[in-house]
Amino acid sequence: MAEILAPHLNLDPRRGAGLETSSTLISIQNLSLWYGTNPALTKIQLDIKSNVVTAFIGPSGCGKSTLLRCLNRMNDLIDSVRMEGEVLIGGQNIYGPEVDVIELRKRVGMVFQRSNPFPKSIYENIAFALRLHGLRDRRKLDEVVEQSLQAAALWDEVKDRLHTNAMELSGGQQQRLCIARAIAIQPEILLMDEPASALDPLATARIEDLILNLKKDYTIVIVTHNMQQAARISDMTAFFYLGELIEYDSTEKIFTNPAKKQTEDYVTGRFG
Amino acid sequence: MNRIPSQTTGSVRKLFSVLGTGVTILATVLILAILAVILINILWHGAEGLSLRFLFSMSDKDMFDVEKAGVLPMIIGTAARVIIMAILVLPVGVITAVYLTEYAHATSIFTRVIRGAVNNLAGVPSIVFGLFGLGFFINFLGGRLDAVLYPGDAEPHWGKPALLWASATLAVMTLPVVIVATEESLRAIPIGLREASLALGATKLQTIIKIVLPNALPGILTGAILAISRAAGEVAPILFTGAAYYMAGLPKSLSDQFMDLGYHIFILSTQSPNIEKTRSLLYATVVVLLLLTFALNAVAIVVRARMRRNMRQSH
Repeated sequence: MAEILAPHLNLDPRRGAGLETSSTLISIQNLSLWYGTNPALTKIQLDIKSNVVTAFIGPSGCGKSTLLRCLNRMNDLIDSVRMEGEVLIGGQNIYGPEVDVIELRKRVGMVFQRSNPFPKSIYENIAFALRLHGLRDRRKLDEVVEQSLQAAALWDEVKDRLHTNAMELSGGQQQRLCIARAIAIQPEILLMDEPASALDPLATARIEDLILNLKKDYTIVIVTHNMQQAARISDMTAFFYLGELIEYDSTEKIFTNPAKKQTEDYVTGRFG
Repeated sequence: MNRIPSQTTGSVRKLFSVLGTGVTILATVLILAILAVILINILWHGAEGLSLRFLFSMSDKDMFDVEKAGVLPMIIGTAARVIIMAILVLPVGVITAVYLTEYAHATSIFTRVIRGAVNNLAGVPSIVFGLFGLGFFINFLGGRLDAVLYPGDAEPHWGKPALLWASATLAVMTLPVVIVATEESLRAIPIGLREASLALGATKLQTIIKIVLPNALPGILTGAILAISRAAGEVAPILFTGAAYYMAGLPKSLSDQFMDLGYHIFILSTQSPNIEKTRSLLYATVVVLLLLTFALNAVAIVVRARMRRNMRQSH
């Protein structure tokens, strides 16, 4: 039964911390989405709490990545997408006519499945967005670059070669650089789309450790295929199946005593 | 029943395989041999006409006199028209390619019309571009410019063959090359890089200028190299648009005519009063044209190589 995953739940004291005191930051209301005429998400209703880690789990094609990309409007880039419903962040509908997508994406950072550093130096990867948003002072830039790399637990490994090309870093380092790049502009929310799926177990462990550390400063939403990972790092878990939200509860509840049969079948590995 | 191929079909297949390899090698050797024959022939005949004096002196009024002939104005004229062409064609071609790959809907009628036009442009014979340049740039554009800038002046200033019009005609001719090369290099850039930039709050334009185009530069330069190669040796488009039979001095402005290596070769081989005497002159001029084309290409290739290296290391 679900007890298989239970040991993962109690490994780290940082997991589950702060859950009681947090309040709703993102409110997804009645959201449906179609690719052309194919429905990808159906009437999703979901409140995401601030400063906790929320995991989206579910089998491939269940819509979890699509929903994640609704939160910073990355789906705007796809012509065939049609959407209904609202996403409120801090009470404001991010699909409202007065919303500046640029400002939204500054508030809602994103880390992708495949690490995608720019083919520039490590330093320039982080300085890029800072300059974009108007920071020109060299000393201040140096400072923020260092802080961001520290926060992403990468500083010690790269501090002597900040001006070498980021493409020379290992896969895990590249992904931490992408996290550093995302948090450099100080978003409130960090979206992570299977950030460790292309990494080896050691690099994955470092990313997970980093996520647990970051949650005191950021609200993190993570899409993952890896159930143990969801159990290890998330405080809340949402299970999706075929574009619908099946169950959303504390990670404890989802992994030990789920309310729905489908959820139990999935988290115990009976399907998916 | 299906059976494993018998011994005979196996050896037939082997024979075809050997034959295939042989034919491809033969074809390659043939190409190299043809190139070698051409180059050796040209260098052999051109060697005696080549000298520093020939390279660095002005053209004489009697351009068929081996003792006095010089090709400096032709070298400068050809280089100038190619460089000005590159300056004209690169921005237009790159911006068009950016529009087609980054902004246009791939399936819209408008996009398809543009693509069709670009492809057709590539198939137009170069003499037609020459006539187009005469009609559009010289008669239409130049004529209007003269009417506005020099009203009442009987002498044409821009409404006549000129360095600018020859370069512009060549730019129109090489536009498809630059567009296609740029489009290919833009498409090769992973979508992940664009997404990374947009997710950081960059606008689409900022993403294109700061992320997409810098990474596409080597591909864009490949387009420039191809355009330069094509344009340097072309004579037909500049016949009516800027090349001069003879000029005493060098062109001093964009509205001046110029002497051109390719056109000069045509003159030497058709207008000479004594073919035998001017043969070495003719071949030497051909050598100079070849070297100039190689040199212009080499510069672009070196720039591209340096750019690729820089990209791999750091910015």
